[in-house]
Amino acid sequence: MSRALLRRLWAAVPTVLLVLTVTFFGLHLAPGDPVRLFLGPSADEAAAAQMRRALGLDRALAVQYLDWLARFVTGDWGASIAQHRPVTAVLGDAFGPTLLLTGLSLLLTYALGLAIGAVQAVRRHSRLDATLTAVTAVVAALPAYVVGLGLVLVFAYGAALWNWPAWLRLPALGAAGIGADFLGPAARLADRVRHLVLPTATLALVGAAGAARFVRASTVEALRQPFVRTARAKGLGETRVLARHALRNALLPVVTLAGLQLPALFSGVVFVETIFAWPGMGRVTVQAVLGRDYPVVMASTAVFATLVVIGNLLADGAAALLDPRARSTA
Amino acid sequence: MSGSRGVLGPVARDPVAAASALVLVLLTLVAALGPLLAGAPATDFGDIAARRFVAPFGRTPDGVLHLLGTDRFGRDLVLRLVLGARVSLAVGVLAALAALAIGVGAGAVAGYAGGRADRLIVAVTDAALAIPRVPFLLLLVALFRPGLGITIAAIGATGWMTVARLVRAEVRSVRTRPFVEAAGALGARPTRVLARHVLPHALAPALVAAALGVGNAIMLEAGLSFLGLGVQPPTPSWGNMIASGRDALVLAPWVACAPAAIVAIAVLCCSLLADAFERTIAGERVLPQ
Repeated sequence: MSRALLRRLWAAVPTVLLVLTVTFFGLHLAPGDPVRLFLGPSADEAAAAQMRRALGLDRALAVQYLDWLARFVTGDWGASIAQHRPVTAVLGDAFGPTLLLTGLSLLLTYALGLAIGAVQAVRRHSRLDATLTAVTAVVAALPAYVVGLGLVLVFAYGAALWNWPAWLRLPALGAAGIGADFLGPAARLADRVRHLVLPTATLALVGAAGAARFVRASTVEALRQPFVRTARAKGLGETRVLARHALRNALLPVVTLAGLQLPALFSGVVFVETIFAWPGMGRVTVQAVLGRDYPVVMASTAVFATLVVIGNLLADGAAALLDPRARSTA
Repeated sequence: MSGSRGVLGPVARDPVAAASALVLVLLTLVAALGPLLAGAPATDFGDIAARRFVAPFGRTPDGVLHLLGTDRFGRDLVLRLVLGARVSLAVGVLAALAALAIGVGAGAVAGYAGGRADRLIVAVTDAALAIPRVPFLLLLVALFRPGLGITIAAIGATGWMTVARLVRAEVRSVRTRPFVEAAGALGARPTRVLARHVLPHALAPALVAAALGVGNAIMLEAGLSFLGLGVQPPTPSWGNMIASGRDALVLAPWVACAPAAIVAIAVLCCSLLADAFERTIAGERVLPQ
């Protein structure tokens, strides 16, 4: 098991290396000069040259690449050109909020998706199933930014307009209220949770709809298998048949899917964090791209790719836990 | 694959798929013909103070009816949507075609050549699949000045992997069939065997992936433009229309809602159509060959 895991980990190295390489060369070969952007159009050539030398941008590209790669691997990610502080600090601040947002929405996605999909599979070809199939097909196809703007419209603006109770008027911007630092611990936690609701719901709604479609299909398939008939034949209750036999087998492809869906989740995060001004990696990346902040863009893309790789490994591990057959061949 | 009727027939009998196809055809027609039917150019401002933020079904002082209202510059939203449709649909289709071309090329070479080329292409495809698409798109777009061309290229360059995998798998299975061996025995060159005998049999799943790809590309174009990194104003695209309406979400929600709804409808239709194609092809596979 651990050897298989190590082998998978080793196989992930080329992916991260590819991302790093494309990122580096792409950013450096593209038009647009970070030094000019930083100094402004009025700076003279001498100042620009001096800064280029200071940043090491005057060396051969291959030298810059190897030097950058060596330092990157050892944890020296350079300094943000726009923020004048280490990239590790910039991304360190943004990493927690993103992990919180994606982790929570992943949990919700699969809790909701499993529940909806299982209900549909048990009641397949009923009116409820048909309705849920239609609803999940529509919601799964919606872009995250459309769902996000819709939720903002209803819960932030609509709630005030229609005089909804105060607890339903959810904040649409940021991770904490303006006076959050002066609140007591309990009130501060409540404030945090309220700020989390809309961004998490956006990601979870879209994800859960997609997951439910998949869970339905794989549960219907599992319920058709001979071992389900066997379980019923030996007199097990329907709940036990579903939970212990059908769902457990239906979960396998779902867990693998969860790993494969991670890139899509991180794509959604970019939009959701921008809409809700959530201080995470997606927002930092967008701002860094707009400001041509090379070091931040490179590091954040690498972190995103690494997170996907780690997520896939976790999904494989979970699949092995669920299925003894997957352990030997992993 | 039993010809185009074999695939299209069942899709036409599926009411949801037929409706989706109809909506997409209508959107395309409107995009193609709309500007001819509309009067004023979409960048014509007029008296902004009197005309801006007219609510849907409202009239401007000069008595002109605006079905979906006007935006902050007093421009008619229906007209903007029609002009945006040209850009958004064109980006969607062209980007999906680019992805299809790269994917079919890579998949065909990998599946047909095998060996080292196959291993290399598979490795690159797997690596590319592990990269979150939007952060990577942001990166590609940031390399150049945001605009129409780079948007199409970037979406195409990040969307070919699924097609490549499907085509590779199909080519590998078709390659061993007797008729391929027969074509080779008759003296056909490998490129001709691949293009004339193998690829036509391997294209059905690639077309499904491409149908889904159009929807994805429309969604991504709108997303990039929404972030300000795609199609740049004043050229209207559905995405930058959503972005421009976002600032006025309280005052005039229709400015953002109208383009958002159109994007959602177009993407949904593409995805429903792709579902129908997938069911058809899956159904064909079940039948004995």
